[in-house]
Amino acid sequence: MGHDEYQKHDAKILTPSFIVLLTLTLIGFSLIAVRFIKGIGAVTNMSDGYPWGIWITYDVATGTAIACGGYAMAILIYIRNRMHYHPMIRSAILTSMFGYGLAGFSVMVDVGRPWNSYNFFIPSKWQANSAMFEVALCVMAYTTVLLLEFLPAVLTTLEKTEWKTLQLLLDKLYARMGMERPERIGERLDKVKEVAAWLKPRLDKVLIFIIVLGITLPTMHQSSLGSLLLIASTKLHPLWHTGFLPLLFLINCMFIGYSIAILESVISCYAFKRPFETKELSGMARIIPWLTVIWLSVVIGDLAWRGQLGAALSFDFYSRFFLLEFGLVAGGSLLLFSGRKRESIRWLFLSAALIVLGGALYRFNVYLIGFNPGKGWHYFPSLAELMITVGIVAFEILGYQVLVKILPVLPKLHTRQQLDEAAGQAVAEKA
Amino acid sequence: MKKPSRRDFLKIMGASGAALMAGRVGAEASELHQVNNDTLGMLYDATKCVGCKACMSACKRVNSDYGSLAFEQAKFDSDGLWDAPQDLSGSTRTLIKLFKESDKQWSYVKYSCMHCQKPSCVSVCPVSAMTRDKVTGTVDYNKDTCIGCRYCQIACAFNIPKFQWDKAIPQIVKCDLCKNTNLAKKGITACAEVCPVGAIMFGKRKDLLEEANRRLRESPGKYINHIYGEKEVGGTNHLYLSAMQFNKLGLPVLAEAAPAEFSEKIQHTIYKGFIAPVALYGTLCFVALKNMKGHGKHQENENKEDSDHGA
Ligand code: SF4
Ligand code: SF4
Ligand code: SF4
Repeated sequence: MGHDEYQKHDAKILTPSFIVLLTLTLIGFSLIAVRFIKGIGAVTNMSDGYPWGIWITYDVATGTAIACGGYAMAILIYIRNRMHYHPMIRSAILTSMFGYGLAGFSVMVDVGRPWNSYNFFIPSKWQANSAMFEVALCVMAYTTVLLLEFLPAVLTTLEKTEWKTLQLLLDKLYARMGMERPERIGERLDKVKEVAAWLKPRLDKVLIFIIVLGITLPTMHQSSLGSLLLIASTKLHPLWHTGFLPLLFLINCMFIGYSIAILESVISCYAFKRPFETKELSGMARIIPWLTVIWLSVVIGDLAWRGQLGAALSFDFYSRFFLLEFGLVAGGSLLLFSGRKRESIRWLFLSAALIVLGGALYRFNVYLIGFNPGKGWHYFPSLAELMITVGIVAFEILGYQVLVKILPVLPKLHTRQQLDEAAGQAVAEKA
Repeated sequence: MKKPSRRDFLKIMGASGAALMAGRVGAEASELHQVNNDTLGMLYDATKCVGCKACMSACKRVNSDYGSLAFEQAKFDSDGLWDAPQDLSGSTRTLIKLFKESDKQWSYVKYSCMHCQKPSCVSVCPVSAMTRDKVTGTVDYNKDTCIGCRYCQIACAFNIPKFQWDKAIPQIVKCDLCKNTNLAKKGITACAEVCPVGAIMFGKRKDLLEEANRRLRESPGKYINHIYGEKEVGGTNHLYLSAMQFNKLGLPVLAEAAPAEFSEKIQHTIYKGFIAPVALYGTLCFVALKNMKGHGKHQENENKEDSDHGA
């Protein structure tokens, strides 16, 4: 599994979309500053009836599912043994890393007393009954794991770099100050290279254990994200309140994960003008309908069992959102059952988009739309609240855009051929 | 709503092949909670209450809570003396409300923490900032550990914990049964102490229940024949008597089972002894290592296949 399966995307960093994203990011982050100065009430429409708004619902509950591409790919590659998807994993991990990192960041914006978070590390304060305790620890651990999984990309670059830009910058800086550049700096930079070179093979050796941890942790916390709402038996509509919440959330994040991996690949190939990875994508798309069929059957079976099928078809406010969620997931999956449609990028994109939308709507239904704390409470996010979420998402895309241009993340073009050559060599050597 | 039993839950988890299953061994339901009637609480009799709100101001006095929220203050009251909160809030732990159906049918009601026997807020708090005192049964909050996640607000069926949305350094606010204030000093809650008509009785749950039952027995026509809080969500220490339907007073109709028991049962099934996660990790490691090892050969075969196709 060589690291030369990946390559940098050679392109300018300062593009128009970069400027747009940067602006959105800056707006979002200044609103975050307002939130810390004036209190959460100053920027949001959250209330004591709806204490969790769009930040928890989108950034955390839905955002981490959308960031499950890395999780889904890792299962596919390492557990289901489809190694030929390996070139695609690095970009999936990068998006997961941003998704999770920023979900954690959103939580810190959302909670009222973030400075007390150290209590998560004090055993006497642990509260194993709380699903949130489990989610918090797992998400922190998983973000670390993602960083480690991504580290090889950084190390490879460090190892090879000549520090050209930095050297130039330093030269200019010292010239401006009218000084000679001290030798030491060059030595230090070399030292960093050495460390990177030393670390990489060692990391490679244990990487598989970290990767498997990266499969275990999301399995735990994605199901716990469903468990979070188990307690709200009087507030969450019976269409969604069920003992199967953990299981439904787990399967949900898997099919969202594969679908989002397809979307990401299509979008980035389109945006970066690379050939589409049709063969890999259609292979991956074959798994999705099986997951959704299980999910949909659990949903229906559970509703029937609890005698809620009538409520599901009553066409009231809740039933409509339920049917929409159900229809999106079912519709997208139906398309994927057709082998011919799986071969077409257009259809792949459409069905993956439908499934992601449906899966995300399910999470919105559970966290917000189906949540009713009682008479007199209403919630719709305020503009500032939305802009903070938009800012965070913009930062996510921005980070991805920049990092794929400075680190080897995207699959190397013609990797297939190279692998063949490499294998051929290996055989030749053995012979 | 019919709740899935643990066994059924496990069965289906197994059928769908969820690897979490490994935790079945040794997974036990959480111990059933037992109602402790020696704990402290209050009995509020809505038929006695005259709506003077003396309890509200006493509560604010002992807790040094500031006046009502900005939007609740009257325009003419620039110095904030006229305090008329519309709901419990980050500055209001108890509240008297009037519910009027007609000129003959009306009732006051007092809101404050129910001090549940199996409190949802305690069950969900990730850092044990909400705690229930084993001896007194009082549910208390500690702002020095709270992270402000507001999960307790999501969980409480009575919408009791309130958050200070208007503050840069906010906290959760709720009745602590005067544990840290009046009760510590005078042995009685401030609201019960000041009530001029004895509508709030403070005492042990068993005495309160006995008194409530006596009142129901002696004046059968006067009350709805139900002690609100006796059975709801596994029993609460704040009890109510009323002449009007409780749900009309904003006290929700609730099942007898504590929601926290349901959620903890499932959480424990999955995580008991951390066996399932460890087993999952072990199994996955095994599979992944095997796959990695097999990969060398695998790749060769695959390449052969590919070239076959190509040929
Ligand atoms: S009423 Fe709500 S806040 Fe009070 S103890 Fe019960 S669950 Fe906790
Ligand atoms: S807001 Fe505070 S008290 Fe409430 S659940 Fe979160 S940490 Fe616990
Ligand atoms: S018991 Fe104390 S804190 Fe609770 S409502 Fe009464 S006065 Fe307020």
